[in-house]
Amino acid sequence: MKRVQREIVVIGSGPAGLCAAIEAAQAGAGVLLLDENAKPGGQLFKQIHKFFGSADHRAGVRGLDIGVQLLKQAEDLNIEVWLNSEACGIFDQNSVWVVRDKQHSITVEAQRIIIATGAVENSINFPGWTLPGVMGAGAAQTMINVNRVLPGHRVLMVGSGNVGVIVSYQLLQAGAQVVAIVEAAPTLGGYGVHTAKVRRAGVPFYASHTVKEARGTDHVKSAVLVNLDSNWQPIDGSEFEVEVDTICIATGLTPAVELAFGSGCTPVNSPALGGLVPVHDAGMKSSNESIYVAGDVCGVEEASTAMEEGRIAGLCAAHSLSYLDEAAFSRRFEQLQHNVNALRSGMFGQRRREAKESIVSSYGVHR
Amino acid sequence: MNRIVDHPILGPLADAEVVHIIVDGVALTARKGEMIAAALIANGKNTFRRTVKRDEPRGIYCGIGRCTDCVMTVNGIPNVRTCVTEVAEGMVIETQLGSGEWQ
Amino acid sequence: MSRREHEESRLKVSGAVSLAELHQTAEYILPDERFSKPVAVIECIEAIPCNPCETACPVGAIVIGDDITTLPVIDPTICTGCGICVAACPGLAIYLKQKNHGPGLSYIAFPYEYLPLPKAGDVVTMANRYGEGVCAGSVVRVVKTTRFDRTAIVHATYDSAFYEDVVNMVRL
Repeated sequence: MKRVQREIVVIGSGPAGLCAAIEAAQAGAGVLLLDENAKPGGQLFKQIHKFFGSADHRAGVRGLDIGVQLLKQAEDLNIEVWLNSEACGIFDQNSVWVVRDKQHSITVEAQRIIIATGAVENSINFPGWTLPGVMGAGAAQTMINVNRVLPGHRVLMVGSGNVGVIVSYQLLQAGAQVVAIVEAAPTLGGYGVHTAKVRRAGVPFYASHTVKEARGTDHVKSAVLVNLDSNWQPIDGSEFEVEVDTICIATGLTPAVELAFGSGCTPVNSPALGGLVPVHDAGMKSSNESIYVAGDVCGVEEASTAMEEGRIAGLCAAHSLSYLDEAAFSRRFEQLQHNVNALRSGMFGQRRREAKESIVSSYGVHR
Repeated sequence: MNRIVDHPILGPLADAEVVHIIVDGVALTARKGEMIAAALIANGKNTFRRTVKRDEPRGIYCGIGRCTDCVMTVNGIPNVRTCVTEVAEGMVIETQLGSGEWQ
Repeated sequence: MSRREHEESRLKVSGAVSLAELHQTAEYILPDERFSKPVAVIECIEAIPCNPCETACPVGAIVIGDDITTLPVIDPTICTGCGICVAACPGLAIYLKQKNHGPGLSYIAFPYEYLPLPKAGDVVTMANRYGEGVCAGSVVRVVKTTRFDRTAIVHATYDSAFYEDVVNMVRL
């Protein structure tokens, strides 16, 4: 079994992992960036819309262009990147078992590990949900924005959070028709500007509705929608059918925590951020001295917060290995904290900010 | 027409090298660098496997290699996640029954 | 949608901001007949951290300030109608409008990110916030520059009876 040594190993090259690698490398540390996919970038390259935030957050720039900028930065810093490389486990808090190209087994002894494995789409079950044509909203987004293939032509979107409405807009741009967006809650979840974009393109929203059944033999042919009462129960007789060939499920994400928990990081429950996440301090360090976490894996938020958390993790991991003097570290740490807090302000951000504060404040308790 | 030939943000679809694949005995073309699942959907095929007990069709679900709904038998190897596996010239792809068989 | 549905709808239920909600928002400033050229109208009514419009404006007509969740405030008397903010807004929530552009005609320049793009001279159907076609529109020009980063801006004139209703066009 091949064994190599590295200073910092970053697992996952999405926005959090890329930014962690760049920040650590800029601080002077040696970085190895791993990704199980053939291409880096995680979900970033699928985000063809312009991001929010401020100039510090590269607001107004399309996600895919931010991805290109980050990759260039990583390249300029000569960061070592292993693609098609699955981190299958973390042992003794320092050994990362990696399988490359599904063939070669390597153990990487790392002084610090940054887990940035992102999150996985949830599903909801209803009769017919296994039919071809029912897929995650993210799967549809991958198909249209990365593969440039339409997975269907008449789409029902289930879920009106930002993922649901943004992907609906992108489906329209790709040439599909979005027949309806249903939302089980009485009010819509996504930003008003996102819902307004698709509404003025004629896409109807049905709040207090859900999908009851998908019909079809070998493929989705139609969906039955039903009105929900104030107790979230279906109202008999309120069902109606819509003709669709695709049903996209946008009902939230769950952090991909297997590596984190498998390596012994203490979990904490954060319902507002997707469920069980690895507890961490303000510097993104887990309950384990040598393991840091960043991005959706420690709380589902947005790409912009993932980038800032990645930078914080990279900075702190590098500093813990004695890179950067105290003054330089403090300055940068303050700046990154300011940036990430700005993203957690306002009516939508408040809940996330409180959830993150709760995770960080429970850090001492859980350790 | 399932391929997005022109797009307001992504621009026109660039030319790509043609890759020849065989799907359930039928010769199809794909684009170099694309995932098997995308090539199949582009060619109008949405059912990738069938379940053993009830002979039900399955296609893609998560699209990023996590759920294994999209697995097919590729070049004799079963349970290949088609949404994260690239097409290759001459690849033999078969609709899988259940968990497939090694050949 | 019926008139009543329009009046009773809310952003968080219908997806579109209603005229009632807009009129309750001090930052929504619709230029009246005194303006002799199209100027920016901002329909951003939720406090989210975002300020590219302020950064983009070359003449300082949009103010947000240090707390970037503050709703942007446009001063239409400073606005030159350049349209840079229309393309810069990640939420596509800004357009240019003029009430009296010509006899019975209003003017709008709105962001449009679909294909096919209309062309100058085309007659299109103008849409309200619910995507309903409400009147015909005459496309004056379509602007697509590198600076706008793939967001085209469609300029059109339309029946001023629908001045406030129109925000978009029905796709071709």
